Amino acid sequence: MIKNNRLTKEQYQQNFSDIHPPFETQDAALVEANRCLFCYDAPCTKSCPTSINIPKFIKQISTDNIKGSAHTIFQSNIMGAGCSKVCPVEKLCEGSCVFNLMHETPIHIAKLQRYATEKAIDQKWQLFERKKSTGKKAAIVGAGPAGLSCAHVLSREGIDVTIYEKESKGGGLMTYGIAAYKVTPKFCEDEVNYITSIGGIEIKYDQELGKNISLVELQKRYDVVYLAIGVGLARQLDIPGEDATGVIDAIKFIYELRNNDFSSLAVGDRVAVIGLGMTAIDAATQAKRLGAKEVTIIYRRTEAEKPCTDVELDIAKLDGCNIIWLAAPKEVKSINGKVNQLVCSRMKLGEPDASGRRSPVDTNDTFELDVDMIIKAAGQTPFEKLVSDISIINTKGKIEIRNCASNIKGVFAGGDCVNGGKEVVDAVQAGKDGASSILSYLGIKNE
Amino acid sequence: MADISSNFLGIKSPNPFWLASAPPTDKKINVLRAFEAGWGGVVWKTLGSQVKNVSSRYSAVDYGGHKVMGFNNIELISDRPLEINLREIEECIKLFPDRAMIVSLMADNDKKSWHELIKKVEDTGAHGFELNFGCPHGMTERGMGAAVGQDPEIAKMVVEWVMEVATIPVITKLTPNVHSVVPTGRACVEAGTNALSLINTIQSVTGIDLDTLVPNPFVAGKSVFGGYCGPAVKPIALKMLTTIAQDPVTSKVPISGIGGVSTWKDAVEFLLLGASNVQVCTAVMKHGFRIVEDMCEGLNNWMDEKGYATLNDFIGKSVEKITHWEDLDINYHIIANINQDKCIHCGLCYIACEDTSHQSINLEYGKPYNTYSIKEDECVGCNLCKLVCPVDNCISMVEKRKGDEYLNWKDYQRLGLPLNDH
Ligand SMILES: Cc1cc2nc3c(=O)[nH]c(=O)nc-3n(C[C@H](O)[C@H](O)[C@H](O)COP(=O)(O)OP(=O)(O)OC[C@H]3O[C@@H](n4cnc5c(N)ncnc54)[C@H](O)[C@@H]3O)c2cc1C
Ligand SMILES: Cc1cc2nc3c(=O)[nH]c(=O)nc-3n(C[C@H](O)[C@H](O)[C@H](O)COP(=O)(O)O)c2cc1C
Ligand code: SF4
Ligand code: SF4
Repeated sequence: MIKNNRLTKEQYQQNFSDIHPPFETQDAALVEANRCLFCYDAPCTKSCPTSINIPKFIKQISTDNIKGSAHTIFQSNIMGAGCSKVCPVEKLCEGSCVFNLMHETPIHIAKLQRYATEKAIDQKWQLFERKKSTGKKAAIVGAGPAGLSCAHVLSREGIDVTIYEKESKGGGLMTYGIAAYKVTPKFCEDEVNYITSIGGIEIKYDQELGKNISLVELQKRYDVVYLAIGVGLARQLDIPGEDATGVIDAIKFIYELRNNDFSSLAVGDRVAVIGLGMTAIDAATQAKRLGAKEVTIIYRRTEAEKPCTDVELDIAKLDGCNIIWLAAPKEVKSINGKVNQLVCSRMKLGEPDASGRRSPVDTNDTFELDVDMIIKAAGQTPFEKLVSDISIINTKGKIEIRNCASNIKGVFAGGDCVNGGKEVVDAVQAGKDGASSILSYLGIKNE
Repeated sequence: MADISSNFLGIKSPNPFWLASAPPTDKKINVLRAFEAGWGGVVWKTLGSQVKNVSSRYSAVDYGGHKVMGFNNIELISDRPLEINLREIEECIKLFPDRAMIVSLMADNDKKSWHELIKKVEDTGAHGFELNFGCPHGMTERGMGAAVGQDPEIAKMVVEWVMEVATIPVITKLTPNVHSVVPTGRACVEAGTNALSLINTIQSVTGIDLDTLVPNPFVAGKSVFGGYCGPAVKPIALKMLTTIAQDPVTSKVPISGIGGVSTWKDAVEFLLLGASNVQVCTAVMKHGFRIVEDMCEGLNNWMDEKGYATLNDFIGKSVEKITHWEDLDINYHIIANINQDKCIHCGLCYIACEDTSHQSINLEYGKPYNTYSIKEDECVGCNLCKLVCPVDNCISMVEKRKGDEYLNWKDYQRLGLPLNDH
């Protein structure tokens, strides 16, 4: 049965509390900061898509220069606070910490980053000064990580920025997509406000490109346009019975979860989640945390080919989610229009595919799973129609860029809408790169 | 099992670890706890004319997240009534007859005061005296403590007064707040002291509160120079000890080594440089008396491993290993070698050598890990890279002599050999 209000208020609170709690005391942060070796040309920095000078900001924590530390972080990554909570650091900075090579626990870089940046946001430290206005105007579509990061750099350089956002809040998937136990709505709002507090950035909410405004209009009113619209909804499964009640899209499921009281969110008793990316893990764990009795993740390949990291998989396992390897959805069966079974094909591994991973091959053997809810998380599809309609060259909706510029003069793009969906930190870097291309396009020297 | 018992001027203790004259030895309750924990002996907190202390009294220097790398105090000698101290000393001796009980003294600067104090203390049954010529603060202003220790003539005079009446062994404790400890040391030995101990604390300012701008320790908006001790002073203490152990006059008497001893290893180093035993203060003020357990066990294991049966088998063995610079062998040459299997690619060796030494390390870019290797022709064998490398035995220094024969600087000059050309 699909129903809401499965848990007590306390249980919801407990289940959705911060998965990576901060340092409780300054001393704890200091002990950790002092453990850092202060590497030269550090592997962690090289493994951060935004190249934060990690040894430097950690050293600054240890010298009690928290303001300097926050500045070091934000200078490279204006969403450094959010990233400290959502980045899959095990495959980024912390994954290459030299302590790993000594079989020692890597430095808790994200936790230290959170320590410095949270203080900055709490205290509203204004660490950057906006240059005097150049009179140039930029329109950015999408107030997600890519858009905000681009906006901040442009504003610093004296450009007047207007962001058009279709939702009523900023932050993009940070606010609407990322797991609730990583960031809270309040934090996302504070982060957006902190970024825009530099001035020169106006966000116009409930303004959708292709609906409320057109690209032509934007081109007329602004010197440049930056598209940072992210990717769209979950990919369809294209299997019989998919439109039954109880089959839902992971992105939508999480969107609801991030925008409503946990108790109002309905989940089934037995939930199947299809896919094993970050979104699938998030959907599975959060369904479990909302009180689903049994959650089963269905994945086409084996653990060796999984797209999520070990750390993420462990979260799902620890939450008690089951995983069925080498299984692909074949048909959804329902009674009275409501899901009651998922038929799966058993797969085996064949030759490597384009991604270099061995591809799943159907064995024609099937099995049934009794479920009352199915969450689809087999990847997201870019906004193909939207971008094609405005004549932007794209591959299956992914915008083609050269040096951040699209085929239309003065129109730039970056983030998930270009890369097809990576991490927040990649989108932040894309925003910086976009801004620097825009600045040279406008003939403004970037510092 | 090695024999770690110690005999200092005939004063026996089950191990060479004494507590230095300071707060840990200031009362019966502390001393009994110390003896119960296993300390071999104590030097009772300095007695003299009764004084009054201020609050606060201590400050410290922390380093790299470690607390109390150096410790600083502005305390005076014992502020308790002499009679209580004497009674408690007597009681402690009775309860622990196998431990050494030395009493530190700093009388007013006249013969009569010294004579009276000595007689009173001898009545307790104490095994020896330590003359405090070292306290760097508070007492000097009254012509006592370091003021005595800084002037060989005055030190000599006071030691002579003491030797006139003392019937138990006398140790004279030297202040490090001098250019060289040798002149005072010699004067005291010539005046008849039975032994020397060193060092007392080093005058210091440990830091300033960046909000109030008042240095610490803070006393109602002001501070004074304090006495510095703890791990930070050990290298200085060892150097001063060596000069005493090498001097033909001062080396005639036993030496009690003090200054930054925290572990059995530190103690062994003091013994190797000529101390017959060691005294400890800061380490117990930080950790409590229990550290003596490991000090005894560690010393014992090390002696067994090295085949030393008694302390005398190794005391002073490193003294002759410290020589004059101009006698060092210039033909001895080492170069760094990086064990690539152990290297964790932190780049610390590289940046140290590149920025501040001889640009002798090669960086080969990698993502995320660079590879570092030594430019053997450039390396001058300074040790810097090895010192900063966080991985044990990752960088080793390999001997590559410049010539087979011993060649010192004097010969080098005489032979007109070439100097560096870049
Ligand atoms: C379920 C899920 C979990 C994730 N978890 C993590 C995680 O833990 N860690 C991590 O680093 N990354 C995570 N990601 C990925 C990360 O959220 C994205 O990579 C990142 O947000 C991309 O930023 P962006 O600015 O390119 O796009 P988005 O964040 O998608 O922002 C695009 C913005 O544009 C707006 N927009 C879209 N179309 C229009 C239009 N036509 N007109 C006006 N505005 C428009 C959208 O409303 C949105 O605000 C997750 C993604 C998902 C889906
Ligand atoms: C708080 C404090 C008080 C001290 N008082 C005396 C004293 O009364 N008489 C004395 O001879 N030395 C005194 N000292 C010096 C110690 O005996 C010892 O020489 C010095 O601390 C160095 O040893 P350490 O590094 O083990 O602490 C004092 C040291 C401290 C820290
Ligand atoms: S020993 Fe000195 S000169 Fe040689 S590589 Fe190391 S730091 Fe450089
Ligand atoms: S300091 Fe040591 S571990 Fe670090 S790069 Fe150099 S050799 Fe390797």
